[in-house]
This record gives sequence, C-alpha cells and structure tokens, in this order.
Amino acid sequence: MAAAAEGDAYVAFDHVQKSYDGVSLVVKDLNLSIAKGEFLTMLGPSGSGKTTCLMMLAGFETATHGEIRLDGRNINLVPPHKRGIGMVFQNYALFPHMTVGENLSFPLEVRGMGKDERETRIKRALDMVQMGAFASRRPAQLSGGQQQRIALARALVFDPALVLMDEPLGALDKQLREHMQFEIKHLHERLGITVVYVTHDQGEALTMSDRVAVFNDGRIQQLAPPADLYERPENSFVAQFIGENNKLPGTVEELSQGKALVRLATGELIDATPVNVTEKGQKTLVSIRPERVEFKPEMMPAGAHTIGAEVLEVIYMGDILRARLRVAGSDDFVIKMRNTLGQTKLDRGQKINVGWHPQDARALDPS
Amino acid sequence: MTPAAPITPAMLTTADGRPLKAALAAAQARSKRRALFLVLPLLLFVVISFVIPIGQMLQRSFYHDGFSKSAPALQAWFAENPLGTEPDEAAYAALVADLALMQETRAAGDAGTRINYTLPGARSLYTSAARGAKKLEPPFKEALLAEDAKWADPRLWVAMRSAASPWTADFYMIAADLQLAADGGVERAPETQRVYVALYIKTIFLAALITGICLLLAFPIAHLLATLPMAKANLLLILVLLPFWTSLLVRTTSWIVLLQDQGVINSFLVYLGAIGDDGRLRMIYNQTGTIIVMVHILLPFMVLPLYSVMRVIPPSYARAARSLGATSWTTFRRIYLPQTLPGIGAGALLVFILAVGYYITPALVGGADGMLYSNMISFHMNKANWSMAAALATLLLLGVLVLYWLYDRLVGIDNLKLG
Repeated sequence: MAAAAEGDAYVAFDHVQKSYDGVSLVVKDLNLSIAKGEFLTMLGPSGSGKTTCLMMLAGFETATHGEIRLDGRNINLVPPHKRGIGMVFQNYALFPHMTVGENLSFPLEVRGMGKDERETRIKRALDMVQMGAFASRRPAQLSGGQQQRIALARALVFDPALVLMDEPLGALDKQLREHMQFEIKHLHERLGITVVYVTHDQGEALTMSDRVAVFNDGRIQQLAPPADLYERPENSFVAQFIGENNKLPGTVEELSQGKALVRLATGELIDATPVNVTEKGQKTLVSIRPERVEFKPEMMPAGAHTIGAEVLEVIYMGDILRARLRVAGSDDFVIKMRNTLGQTKLDRGQKINVGWHPQDARALDPS
Repeated sequence: MTPAAPITPAMLTTADGRPLKAALAAAQARSKRRALFLVLPLLLFVVISFVIPIGQMLQRSFYHDGFSKSAPALQAWFAENPLGTEPDEAAYAALVADLALMQETRAAGDAGTRINYTLPGARSLYTSAARGAKKLEPPFKEALLAEDAKWADPRLWVAMRSAASPWTADFYMIAADLQLAADGGVERAPETQRVYVALYIKTIFLAALITGICLLLAFPIAHLLATLPMAKANLLLILVLLPFWTSLLVRTTSWIVLLQDQGVINSFLVYLGAIGDDGRLRMIYNQTGTIIVMVHILLPFMVLPLYSVMRVIPPSYARAARSLGATSWTTFRRIYLPQTLPGIGAGALLVFILAVGYYITPALVGGADGMLYSNMISFHMNKANWSMAAALATLLLLGVLVLYWLYDRLVGIDNLKLG
C-alpha cells in the first residue's frame, strides 16, 4: 500500500513531541500518516518511543507538542473513551471479575446498546475468533492463546475503524504466535479496519504489515513496506535491527554511477551500492545479508571483487547451514546456505573466496 | 481448545500393585511429620497460652459453683420438688443445714454473691444468717423468717433453685436484660436496669460506623499509595505506619490534648472567633471522641489491605475500560471497585473486629456515652464477677462469628486478602 498523502491520511501525527520529565524527549518530531485500512507496524527496541506513540494515539498520554489527527479531526484533547479506538493490550487486560461474555458486553453496555443487539454482536465477535463456546468462562480459565482471541474480539466487538495493538502476542509461545499472526492479518483483511501494531519482534513486523515504521531514539528511522525494509535499509541501524547482517567497515575509494568501491581496513577492495555516502574518502559501513553472499566461483557476477575468507565453524540448522567465517580480520562474518542435496560442504579451516552482487552490499553511514 | 473430557479414575495402583493413594500417603508421611515438628512449638504455645485459658474463661460463663458447692441439702430438696412448689418446713430445714455448712466452710460470702448476681441485695442475707445458723431450733421456717422476712421471697427461692446447679444460663439471661420472675419463669428486667442489649447494639453500630469512616478515608490514600512511584509510595507508607510505632496511650493522649475543651482545636476556633469562649465544642469524653480517636487508630488496618490489593491491579484494566468507551466514573465503578473488593472485605473485617472489642481508647476518651461493650466486660472483671464478664465476652465473640459467617456467605472468605 502506498504511503498516504498528507491530505487523506486517516491517522496523522504532525510534528509530535513527547517528554515525560521536561528534560529529555522520548518522541522527537514524529510525522506519520496512516491510510484507512492500512496495517502499520511500529517496530523498535524497548525505549525507542513506539509504545509512547501508541499511548498518545489511544489517549492515555498527551502530546507535549504537535497534533494528532484522526479522520481529519484533532484529537489531542479528546478523552480516550470518546475516541472510539479498539485496543489490544500486551497482557490482554481482560477483566478478571467478568466472564468472557460480560467482557465483550462491557463496551456495548457503556454505549447504551440494547440486550438483543448486544447478544448478536457478542456472538458474532466470538465466532469470528472461533471462541463461540466460551462466553460463560472466566478469563482465568482460558489459556494464553484463548485469552488473546478474547482480547481481540473485545477490541473489535464495537466495530471500531481503528484498532491499536500493543505487543499482543508477546506472551505466547513461538508456534501459537506465528499462528495468531496469520489470524490477525486475515481479520484485518476481512474487516477492512486500520491497524496500528506495536512490536519489538521484527519477524512479526515483516509478516503482518503493509508498512513498518522502525523506531529508534524517539525517531522513525525508516518507514517502508517489509521487503524494502529488509532489502534496502536506509541506514545502519535499520540494517542491523532487521534481520541478520554482516558489517564491513571501510573507506569509500571510488564513487561513480550508483556504484562504490570500498577499501576495507585490512586493505581489500569490495563492491557496494552507495546509500548514504556521498563523496570519496568518506568512512562507511558496508552491510550484506548472509544469504546473499556467494562463495562458489561460478555464481559470482562477472568482474566482482572477491575477498578471501577462512571457515571458522559450520552450524547445522535443519533447513539451512550457517557458516561463520573470518573475513577482513573480523570473526563474525556469517553466510547461509540452503540445505539441498547437491550443496557444497564447507569444512572448518577451509580457505574460500566470497563475493556478492554489488546491489546486495549497501554502503551505509559508519555508526 | 475443546474442554478436556472428564476422566473417571479407576483404582490406580503402583507398579508393584499397591494402591496409588496409599503409596502417595506413605511417600508424603515423612514430610508431613517434619512439617508438624516445625509447627509444634507454636502449636503448644497457642494451646497453653490461648486455647486453654480462653476455654476456661468462657466456661465460667455457664458454670459457677459458688452456691451449689455448699448447698447439698437444698440441691436434694430442689431435685425432689418441682418448680412452683411452695417451700415447706423440709425446704427450710435444708436451707438451715446448708447455712450451717457455709458457716463451717466460710463459704457464706461466695454463696451469697452467687445469689446476689441474679437477685441484687441478697448477699447480706446469707452472711448474717449463716453466722447464727447452728443455734436455730425447729421449726426452721418461723425461726428464719423471724430473723429476716425476706427469706419468704419467692424470687429468692427461684434464684436459689437456679444457683443450686453449677451449670447455669443465668449470666446470659442477665446479659439479655432479662431476670428470673417470681414464678420461676423469665421476664424483662426493670427498664432502669436494661443496659446490656442497648450497649451491644450501640457497640456494633459504632464499630460499623468507624469501619465505614475508615473505608472512606483509607480508599483514596491506598489508591494514591498504589499509583505513586515506588520511592514516594514508600515514604508515604511510612507515614501510614508511623502510628503503629507510637504507643497507643501516647496517641490517645495526644488526641485528648487536641480535642479537650481547653485544647488546641477549641482554643484555635475561639481565637478565630468561630465559636464563643463559652460555646467550646465538646469533642472528647463522649461518643464523638471515641469515634474520632478510634478511626485514627484503626485507619492503618484499613489502608494496608487495600494498598496490597490495589498495588497488584494492573493499570491496563482501567486503560482497557477507557479504550472500550467507559467514562472514568464507569471505569471506577465497574472495573476498579470490584477488583478492590478483597481488600475492602479484609480491611472492613479487620477494623470491625478490632473496633468491636476495643477497650483502652473508649475507656480513656469515651466518657459515659462513649463506652463500648468491652468496657462493660472490664467493669465486671474489676468486680471479680468473672462469670458475667465471660458471658458478655462470649456474646461478643458470637456476634463477630455470625458476622464472619455472613461475610463468608455474601463475599466468600477466600476473597479475603490481608496483605
């Protein structure tokens, strides 16, 4: 989904800043537009400001500066209960003294809905998450995954157009988490709601989102669809935070026609695509994904620079083989090979040459 | 996802054929013995210092042998002649024989005291009659009546019949503001002597009032404590606990300094001109004083259970309710308040039980109308009327147990959270 233009954004953060103590900013000048029906994920390490942004949108925190708009209306001063935003919390926040049915009934009761309509809607919401038989249970009698579904149903039962999710799958085990990722994704597609999802799990962000906003240090580092984020990180923070990544520090030797030649600290020359380097002699950090590194001579692109490497260890991981190499004096250069029948076996101590397509190596800022 | 099918356990056995339950019990016996061994000192301490003395004390409320132990002849006569029989010459002969025995064993005072409990003013009859009992000649009826005509009082004979058995309900009867009628039945005590029931009701009412005020004051404090950052909350918690570390007497006395007629508050109000010098407020040595001081003393017992419950209520519940569209008042009423119920229950039960049996504070600042039931118990103890004190204490205990039972029925005792 394309980035929403400023005019027709459903949710908009406009120069939003947030400080808790009046000394430091937790959110520094946030500008973000979310289109109607979009699934946007805020991804970042803890303390990066992503949850604060979500809480400001929900109305539990007030912006210190700037404006938050929902459907074109400034909601800075609208109290949370009048925003009509559904929210799923990290620990589900199901009311422990109420049954599942009463939990779902609560948002409908406070809206003054009649009993018949409430029951229809509760049934519909529970069926939607395949929990129809659980209306009379208490939350404590449900497993984590079941509570998760109920929390989801409760956030959707009053038909909000916008649903916020604050690390909703954090407490589930891996298998259930992956299953729920697909369910949430499918619900989003089926209902056409706008979802703002907060997580620190990059896998989750890549799987589910239309666009991902990577947060660090109170700023959005990159806002892009998952594939762009993974394949074309714009700075070294994003490159390191999303997926696995080999880093080679060096200096730009030549810069021409969208290509850069980088001399590493140990003297070797490698090819790279310049991303945020602009002139010769600049320090840079070249980033290459482990699965994009080639070591078979026949697979190397013609004329590519190669670099000598020594195999330090090979780890069997089932679907892939993972080899750690010593490259240019660094011991943590990783490559990944698919575990196929004819795959070349590497042995410890073996000397090989590695190379890559220049567009897979990105010369980023040297931080 | 589907609920597990109920398993009907067949008789399970271990690999060598022993029943599983027996094997489990044998395996756990060792740790159970060790556990018992660990609690044994405390168990003995509680039994020796608590269960036995209190049991004995409570027993006194329905057992008193002050009269019966030195009245064997009368016991025999009462056994032969049912209630309502006019005391004949044989009855008087038995009475004189017992009076002589009392003189011999120097028990006339005890016996008279026992009769005195149910029939005030009867004690001197026994002490004076016992002195000359040996010299009395038959017919004993005339001889005794000549000494004191009160011996013919049918109430006296009813009282003696009741006291001739060491097992008695007399003290509970008195505590219920009843007395023995002349025909051996039970009637209400004269209006001027009806003190116990009214005091019982007043004590329950005051304890409930104090509990209610404590709840109203403690709820916001506990909420503040629970929502503040830890460092500030700890500081405030110390302020809540500070009264615990100060002597009860000092706290009560400082209230006297504040509240008395020439005290700080009154003098300040007079200085401000809010009241005249002759219109000083009476805030102590009455019911008001009892309520004010007891609320202050019992407040921490309400704050602490509330705080411990509120602290573990995650703020996300309130946030969830708000995001679902509830106003802050609805959120409080339907989400927050129900979750604090275990704390409210624990605090209310604790404060109520403490207040119902409180002694020192009402004794010091209660004056005449601020007295509570325990002050009456203490009054009887000071007069060595152990049985009456025990009967009142038992009634207080029963009242508390009934409330406890009600609480269990209405709220459920497993919902209680004391800290």
